[in-house]
Amino acid sequence: MTLISLWYGQNHGLLPMAASNDAGEVDELFNFMMTIATGLFLLVEGVLVYSLFKFRRQKGDTTDGPPIEGNVPLEIVWTAIPTVIVFILSIYSFEIYNRMGGLDPMAAGDPGPQMMAHSHHHSELVALDTSQQNIALGLGISPESQQGINPLEIKVNGIQYAWVFTYPESGVISGEIHVPVNRPVALNMTAGDVIHAFWLPEFRIKQDVIPGRETNLVFTANQVGQYPVICAELCGAYHGGMKTQLYVQTEEEYAQWIQDNTFAMKESGESVAMNPVSNSDTEFLEPYAQDMGVDADTLAQLKP
Amino acid sequence: MSTTLERNAPISPPPPEQNEHPQRKWYEYFGFSTDHKVIGIQYLVTAFFFYFIGGALAEVMRTELSTPDPDFVQPEFYNQLLTMHGTIMLFLWIIPAGAAFANYLIPLMIGAEDMAFPRLNGVAFWMIPPGGILLMSSFFNGAPQAGWTSYPPLSLVSGKSGEEIWILSILILGTSSMLGAFNFVTTILLMRMPDMDIHSMPLFCWSMLATSGLIIIGTPVLGAALILLSFDLIAGTAFFNPAGGGDPIVYQHMFWFYSHPAVYIMILPFFGAISEILPVHARKPIFGYRAIAYSSLAISFLGLIVWAHHMFSSGTPGWLRMFFMATTMIIAVPTGIKVFSWCATIWGGKLSLNSAFIFAVGFLSSFLIGGLSGVMLASVPFDIHVHDTYFIVAHFHYVLFGGSVFGLFAAVYHWFPKMTGRMVNETLGQIHFVMTFIGFNITFLPMHQLGLQGMNRRIALYDPQFQFLNMVCTVGSYILALSTFPFIINIIWSLYKGEKAGRNPWRALTLEWQTASPPIIENFEEEPVLWAGPYDYGIDTESIDGDEDVEDMLAAVTSESQ
Ligand code: HEM
Ligand SMILES: [Cu+2]
Ligand SMILES: [Cu+2]
Repeated sequence: MTLISLWYGQNHGLLPMAASNDAGEVDELFNFMMTIATGLFLLVEGVLVYSLFKFRRQKGDTTDGPPIEGNVPLEIVWTAIPTVIVFILSIYSFEIYNRMGGLDPMAAGDPGPQMMAHSHHHSELVALDTSQQNIALGLGISPESQQGINPLEIKVNGIQYAWVFTYPESGVISGEIHVPVNRPVALNMTAGDVIHAFWLPEFRIKQDVIPGRETNLVFTANQVGQYPVICAELCGAYHGGMKTQLYVQTEEEYAQWIQDNTFAMKESGESVAMNPVSNSDTEFLEPYAQDMGVDADTLAQLKP
Repeated sequence: MSTTLERNAPISPPPPEQNEHPQRKWYEYFGFSTDHKVIGIQYLVTAFFFYFIGGALAEVMRTELSTPDPDFVQPEFYNQLLTMHGTIMLFLWIIPAGAAFANYLIPLMIGAEDMAFPRLNGVAFWMIPPGGILLMSSFFNGAPQAGWTSYPPLSLVSGKSGEEIWILSILILGTSSMLGAFNFVTTILLMRMPDMDIHSMPLFCWSMLATSGLIIIGTPVLGAALILLSFDLIAGTAFFNPAGGGDPIVYQHMFWFYSHPAVYIMILPFFGAISEILPVHARKPIFGYRAIAYSSLAISFLGLIVWAHHMFSSGTPGWLRMFFMATTMIIAVPTGIKVFSWCATIWGGKLSLNSAFIFAVGFLSSFLIGGLSGVMLASVPFDIHVHDTYFIVAHFHYVLFGGSVFGLFAAVYHWFPKMTGRMVNETLGQIHFVMTFIGFNITFLPMHQLGLQGMNRRIALYDPQFQFLNMVCTVGSYILALSTFPFIINIIWSLYKGEKAGRNPWRALTLEWQTASPPIIENFEEEPVLWAGPYDYGIDTESIDGDEDVEDMLAAVTSESQ
């Protein structure tokens, strides 16, 4: 039974690929829990199934079973074992969470709830005053990589039903997110209408994106590739269609992408219809409407 | 409203002939009654009525989800179905069904004539049909679509009238549940028969004490949150609306301050029922009476301080996430104690594998999975990955369906003879179990994997890579739908044609089995006598002849103990 649990804990094949070191650690935690859970599952189900066969009442037997009302040592054991298990799990989870940067006090400057500008200009929301340092909401920089590396900052804005990414360094605004591999990326996120949640399944990280507040996620991708970005908080009818892609690229490819987009934006002034500052939600969404299954009515409702 | 406690009056009419007990007339079940047994059955039948509606909505959702595109219903309508399914299943099915058994059983189990406040009890029941009809009426002009959690700002911008109707109906149903809880606590604490001290009370009563405590503490906070939400919705205030400087996270805290305890409100009554059912059909005393009783109380207390585990990826700072992780982990301990004690109760017994018992074992084996995934979810780094995914959907259906609903069916089969005076058909009951158990696992087991792989919940359209498993879930849900037919047929058939039950077909020891089936109007012909503890099986191992009267058994026991 122990062997089965150990084997299954490692070989359940239930998780998608892991594209960051943190994700690997979360997976180890999950495997550990899966091992214990499998063991307990087999134990209890085994007892039940065995009892159903072994202790079935014989026909015509109307006597009772043995009058056992309890067994103190046994009860102490099965109180102590779960206690120890959850204690270990708590410490282990705490460790991992801390390593992921969850307890980084400087992670964010969440200034508490703020008056949300009553407009559709998302840029104003992103530009909240973040100078007050406050407790982090989300994941910060992991304590090990704190010194030296300066993370790439990207502002994320969630609106029904799209993500908008702004690169403050270059001014690039995009509906997809591109990041260089092996460099910490710090997302400063807020929402323009209702609550959304930014989820990267391959990175095992998620954080709600809240209107009038800033939340954070820091991650370091270690595998070049293309990964889904999914909204994981009910945000309206097309919540299921609110997704985009994360491209993890090599330094060079990433630099190239930034350059192309900066260039494109300068040239056309209006950019590739990617600049929500000068567009209303409706205009911004139109190009995506097809993919998302948003119909004309929904778009019409969005028109101010 | 009656404010005086009606004590068990020691009237003992001359023992009438078996079949001449005064019985309630059929029409009394459709009117205002103060008889706890009538009210209990009213609750139960109403709950089942809504269960079938909630289940039908789920089948529509599952049909939609058999393909990745929103082709069967529009996404907007899907969200309405989702919200209504969740709300109906929780507030009109599981909570009233728990109250049904509490109403029916508590006075019988403690040897009382009725509840402490019979009229209040009637009022509490009669708030449910209007609340339910109100909720249903929202389908006619746009049902609520912000999920059963109704988080602002979404709930403030997606259909005002549906949302307001939702709030009003939850307020009505919440009030009903509070009135019930006051009644249960008072009755259990003050109306036990004289020789029954609190430690010889059946465990079902302990679990209802724990449940009622949670209802009384939690529900007002939900009420407050919903009233403020309603102001935001109608009067344009901004308690929770960030557009006016409000804080949507405060709503989440208030909501979960009730709604986490609410999950225990939904499971504890059935924990209690399981503790009654297992010993009877295993012919063994419950293993660790006090441990089970006190873990109900521990769960109830801890249940009040774990609410933010629903908000690990919301606006919750890191240190708070760690605090709620620790408390949530601890709650696994009393829950584990119960599961182990139940297993030990079965071990070495003489098991009758009848419908009630196999549903109880089904409860144990499914709830176990919900409990194990629950401990995983307590771990913040892991929960961050699976929060708001199908992993959660799997987890809570394992608890609510695998736990509460299986427990509920076990209870229906166990107490049906008491409630109606007739036995159920065992073959149909076992077919019902097998179909439910298989359908349930096919529907919900694959959802764990879906969530881990990246399928978020509350969506009408999803990534095509998830289609296969979704198809499996949908097929499972059709089996589940079919499984209700043997049940319905069984109940109707047994009601008219079932074998006569007699007072105590299971040879059980709790007091409700000492009176006629169905019990007479004021429960007991004469003061019931506590001649054995609720679980003293096997103390007197001589075989007891089925026809022997309770009085004879009683005499035998008293003479032996002298
Ligand atoms: C007939 C069997 C059932 C099926 C096929 C079923 C199916 C579903 C589905 C597909 C969802 C949507 C999940 C999502 O997208 O988040 C859902 C949600 C839910 N179900 Fe069920 N369910 C069943 C029975 C139950 C029962 C018995 C209960 C409670 C006792 C229950 C409580 C809930 C709740 C609370 C939600 C969440 C609603 C929300 O997200 O607002 N379900 N169910
Ligand atoms: Cu969304
Ligand atoms: Cu909870």
